[in-house]
Amino acid sequence: MARRAQRGFDDAKVPLLGVMGAFVFAAQMINFPVGIGTTGHLVGGALLAYTLGPSAAVVTMSAILAIQALVFQDGGILALGPNTINMAVLGVLAAYLPYHLWGSGRSRRLAIFAGGTLSVLVSAALALAELLISGVRISNPVLGVSLALFAASAVLEGAITVAVIEALEKIQPGFVRKPREGRSFALGAAGLAALLLATVGVLFASTSPDGIQRLGEQTGIASHARALLATPLAGYQAAFVHAGWPGKALAGVAGLTLIFGACLLIGRAIARRRSA
Amino acid sequence: MKQPLIEVRDLRFRYDDGAAALNGVSFRLEAGETVALLGPNGSGKTTFVLHLNGLLTGEGSIEVCGLPLDRRNVAAIRRKIGLVFQDSESQLFMPTVLEDAAFAPLQRGLSRHDALDRAMAALKTVGMEAAAARAPYHLSAGEKKRVAIAGILASDPEILALDEPTTFLDPPGQRDLAELLSALPQAKIVVTHNIPFAQALCSRAVFFQSGVIAAEGAVDEIVSRFGWDFALDRSRSRG
Amino acid sequence: MHHLVLERWSRGATFLHRRDPRAKIVALLVFLASLATAQRALSELAAALFLLLLGALLWARIPVWAALARAAIVLPFTLVFAVGCWISGDPARGAALAVKSYLSALAVIAMAATTPLPALLRGLELMRAPLFLLNVAQFLYRYLFVISEEAQHMGKAAASRGASVGGLGTGGRRFRAAAGALAVLFARSYGRAQEIHRAMLARGFTGRLQTLTPLRFRAADAAFLAAASLAPALVRIAIERIA
Repeated sequence: MARRAQRGFDDAKVPLLGVMGAFVFAAQMINFPVGIGTTGHLVGGALLAYTLGPSAAVVTMSAILAIQALVFQDGGILALGPNTINMAVLGVLAAYLPYHLWGSGRSRRLAIFAGGTLSVLVSAALALAELLISGVRISNPVLGVSLALFAASAVLEGAITVAVIEALEKIQPGFVRKPREGRSFALGAAGLAALLLATVGVLFASTSPDGIQRLGEQTGIASHARALLATPLAGYQAAFVHAGWPGKALAGVAGLTLIFGACLLIGRAIARRRSA
Repeated sequence: MKQPLIEVRDLRFRYDDGAAALNGVSFRLEAGETVALLGPNGSGKTTFVLHLNGLLTGEGSIEVCGLPLDRRNVAAIRRKIGLVFQDSESQLFMPTVLEDAAFAPLQRGLSRHDALDRAMAALKTVGMEAAAARAPYHLSAGEKKRVAIAGILASDPEILALDEPTTFLDPPGQRDLAELLSALPQAKIVVTHNIPFAQALCSRAVFFQSGVIAAEGAVDEIVSRFGWDFALDRSRSRG
Repeated sequence: MHHLVLERWSRGATFLHRRDPRAKIVALLVFLASLATAQRALSELAAALFLLLLGALLWARIPVWAALARAAIVLPFTLVFAVGCWISGDPARGAALAVKSYLSALAVIAMAATTPLPALLRGLELMRAPLFLLNVAQFLYRYLFVISEEAQHMGKAAASRGASVGGLGTGGRRFRAAAGALAVLFARSYGRAQEIHRAMLARGFTGRLQTLTPLRFRAADAAFLAAASLAPALVRIAIERIA
């Protein structure tokens, strides 16, 4: 008993994150009417970030994606593979940053809306970028339609997130976290700016399919990454290093490692803090 | 005089919003007894039970099996008194029945082998050993309740406290539960609105009202004193 | 009821079912890698790997048609991009995308259908995946259907009160009603999480979750791992040499 206490772990948060992950799963099925006959759905990264905090949200979203892939063989997840780091880590971060910066002022509602919108936009843009880098050629009209769809989903996510957060606050204000302020404002602003630039940059580059290729070539990734990212589920080479493929193996494992690394660090951080 | 299993003296508790939940409750439980906690909703029955193993902390003194309830003893006390909550779904939180039954022994530090033995023994006692590998989600309400009890029995407690155990159970299920409970040697506290169930199982009843115990006595005595049953024709003929 | 079917399949007792999940995970990764990085002789490779998977499914007595149908869930997503490639004048790449994603999904199904989720998570734990994440996934799966059912009940209750009736004009109200329903579901889920934590404390929770599922890597597992890892790799090398 004493030995265990010394280790300082506290898995008390596990049921909360697990159950709220199940909640998001179920919530993703609820229909939000958006006009004539169409319905939209919540993705949930922003909502989780504002209620559980960004680090817990990352772990929860990762668990959701893992279950979607392993149990439900979700097409989108399986097709993107380790690139789901977009949704789990970056999507949550993109959601939290506007809230962190402006969530306690008068533009709170706008900050929440922006967060929801960004989370989907960033995830979608990066997923698109990865597909383009891998050489999937997408003509401009198809690209235009895709981007329009992304934008629409993003705005929808923003709207749903705002509506649900406001409804939550009516039930119990304590459900929604207060954004922390202080010195980290500068860091947060820098992070947000970087994220925005990357997203916008990718979106612009993507309108000329060669743009991404050129970008890839310049950074030297392309020759390795192209073959590797050429298909869904590329990169699972953890246990298999073939002579002459170490570069590809490295690039591929990177995606998986990043997401696991993030979850590992966050898990430890959450677990080590004793619950109040 | 033999030491009571539970001795509560003047327990008081207020919620965060200031509302008084318990206004000086004193209570004793002797070995082998089965006591019914009756009373209106919100009178403090469940709140009282949550104090017995330290999930809530109020003012006053609580002794369980001779140990005063404080931070040092709470772990030992939680082995002595097992709580069976109203909603079994939240109580059976492990992926399989066997893992759930083994939760308490494992947390206590028993080896995997010993924990498994305890778990299987507890499951046998409640007649659910065949379901060991099943997921709790697929069990019926009655089966869930039995597995929840097994999870408590795995710690070898001296007292069982059950919060409205017949909720969600159909009459045959209620009968089975009563049979199971009467066969268990532990002393029991049963929070319930189910009078036939209380009459079948309990030797004594206490009646909660506004955070205090208003009366104690035999179950039938309490029921007729407070009109605590559903018999419409009886009350009509009483006039 | 996808998950129920998969759960049923995963409780079989064939040779493949009884193998250590770590061996199956590694075999899956090798398979996926062999498939993902392939560039040449794709149609032959795809056919050969498909036969490998088919053999595995048959050996594990998984209903083949049902498994093949389930793998097709991937297609709506990748077909969008495949069609995009086709329109852009590179149909070969589009076809490759579709075929690879289908086979990958089928491979994942083959593994998931022979490995119960708790065993799978335990295997990942022993392979050094972050335990916190796995525990969260375990709880998520445990309460997934409980909460989905609650959501469905709420939906039915709302519908029976006439909530689904309405034309264009009530769109905004319905939107806010849906948001309200989500908020209520959130509160209920949060409350349940607190109940669960309380139940854990009442049973002596020390703050650290313990695992019970023992895993023992046997000779049969090593043999399976070797065979299952070599098979797709050798197939690929052979085909590329012949083609």
